[in-house]
Amino acid sequence: MYDQLKFLVSGDSNLVVEVGDTISREVHHKVQALYSAITAAEIPGIEELVPTYRSIAVNYNSFVTRQDELQLKINDLMIAPQASVKSRIFDIPVSYGGNYGPDLEFVANHNNLTIREVITIHTQQEYPVYMFGFAPGFAYLGGVSERITTPRLETPRIVIPAGSVGIAEAQTGVYPQESPGGWQVIGRTPLKFFNPSQDPPVFLNIGDLIHFHAIEQEEYVGIEELIRLGSYEVNYNVV
Amino acid sequence: MQVLEVINPGITTTIQDLGRYGYQRYGLPVSGAMDVFSLRVANGLVGNDEREAGLEITAVGASFRFLSDAVIAITGGDLNPHINNQAVSMWHPIVIEAGSRLDFIESRAGFRAYVAIHGGIDVPLVLGSRSTDVRSGIGGLDGCSLQRNDILSIMTEESSLTFSGKTIRFDDIPVYDHHHDVRILLGPQDDAFPSESISTLLSSTYRIGSASDRVGYRLEGPSIEHHTNADIISDATSFGTIQIPGDGMPIILFADRGTTGGYAKIGTVISADLGNLAQAAPGDTINFATVNVDVAYQSLESQRHVLIRISDSKPIMFGRREFSGFVSGKPFRALSPIKEIESSVTAPILSDHTVKVRAAEGGLPTDFTVHTRTIIESPGE
Repeated sequence: MYDQLKFLVSGDSNLVVEVGDTISREVHHKVQALYSAITAAEIPGIEELVPTYRSIAVNYNSFVTRQDELQLKINDLMIAPQASVKSRIFDIPVSYGGNYGPDLEFVANHNNLTIREVITIHTQQEYPVYMFGFAPGFAYLGGVSERITTPRLETPRIVIPAGSVGIAEAQTGVYPQESPGGWQVIGRTPLKFFNPSQDPPVFLNIGDLIHFHAIEQEEYVGIEELIRLGSYEVNYNVV
Repeated sequence: MQVLEVINPGITTTIQDLGRYGYQRYGLPVSGAMDVFSLRVANGLVGNDEREAGLEITAVGASFRFLSDAVIAITGGDLNPHINNQAVSMWHPIVIEAGSRLDFIESRAGFRAYVAIHGGIDVPLVLGSRSTDVRSGIGGLDGCSLQRNDILSIMTEESSLTFSGKTIRFDDIPVYDHHHDVRILLGPQDDAFPSESISTLLSSTYRIGSASDRVGYRLEGPSIEHHTNADIISDATSFGTIQIPGDGMPIILFADRGTTGGYAKIGTVISADLGNLAQAAPGDTINFATVNVDVAYQSLESQRHVLIRISDSKPIMFGRREFSGFVSGKPFRALSPIKEIESSVTAPILSDHTVKVRAAEGGLPTDFTVHTRTIIESPGE
């Protein structure tokens, strides 16, 4: 964590504010606190904020404000202490293995575990959402247990269905849309991680925590149907 | 109202507006026009709000058939546009009649042409924008680039009688070359590079590689070495960011860029130079020069003045004449094709006309003389 905010020029309409140079919960809490402070300040000319692991890109309209003015205003903000940052914990139902998780067995064998142990380890953790990127609704999560890390597929799949839950080295994540990909797919969630017909199109936010829980295939089909009917609420608790 | 049919989309034709802002924090790319300036000008020339969607046409081979009369403006790259096999002027509002064919024959200067149609292309707003984001599968027509036989509509009805187009001063029209002098600001990660690397970037000529697209331009030329390695903790990208991956070959990020990236970014192209750079074709060459941020702001301000001058230019009035009367005792009403009309007309005129009635619903003859009342709404407001 830096003692002071660090400002980086990223063109004439984008100013990057960095709070540290590591990936950690602590640094990310500072990003969240800074994000809230900038949003609340309603500084004229700021058009969009893009928070990441350890920084926030501030997109601005140079006909309204300029980078030196922005820097002064952001430096003057009162940023809440990181400890006060609250998180939402989302419960994400996942059907592991079978057709939904064709690589679950490989992940188990690779780590000398049983399939059940992989599921237990994967569902024990709370994964913080550090940022989105790579594709709409793709959340970069922290905190995968070393005991289930697995390299990527040697040959990426041409089609990975939306909702697939994968592992790649020490990362885990959910494919928000059908796409090609090289992650080891261990399960699938019926939840829509990217839904362009809703605004916002993504139900998660940075700073949220994800907890996966195992469901049977019949329950998966039931939830899928409720989502299709628009009567499924994603559950979360605030901590 | 249906306005055109795609005969051939050419290399790629997409519907684009100024971009889908506000969702980058969810990983949603901005997309939008590559050459935003040219799209804004095109919209201005046909009297549209600058946020309307237009067509972005790439390089060569696109053809369209117009299904109704329309007023259009073609800006951006000179792809040698022809209407019904006759060369047509760019950077000016023009009337195109129903049944006409618009072809983009070859790239003579620049790489992407923009077509704005008075009324704006009618596709649904998705998260605040009509831009086609092909990789996310949203916007435009069903999230795809245009295909043969696609039909597009505009948001005005035929009954819209008069509207005004605008003009651009000759000196304000950009000139495109195959060499591009591009101004950049250093950063955000210029400190990841030794000073010799920055000198290399600024003193070398780079060529735009063939694997360049709306996501980014891959450059070929002297390698840019990092201090240690190319990787940073992934952070946000911006339009015009120059990132340097491990092989040292710069990539300039454009409209369809991912919202975040993990390569060090040595500099960013200033906004005012992005339009012309978006007109660069594979094989074109680039030299970079650094400027300070005030120059960048001033250049963007000058570009804004071009748009203000267009908006302040003398309007060119376009309109339809509405005809009504009696033929063999039966009442009828008909609209003339859209024409450029005198802007000085401020009151309804009574006169006789020979009219060609289209869409002969009641089996009317196509040529006949009637007493008509020509209604031209005052554009004054």
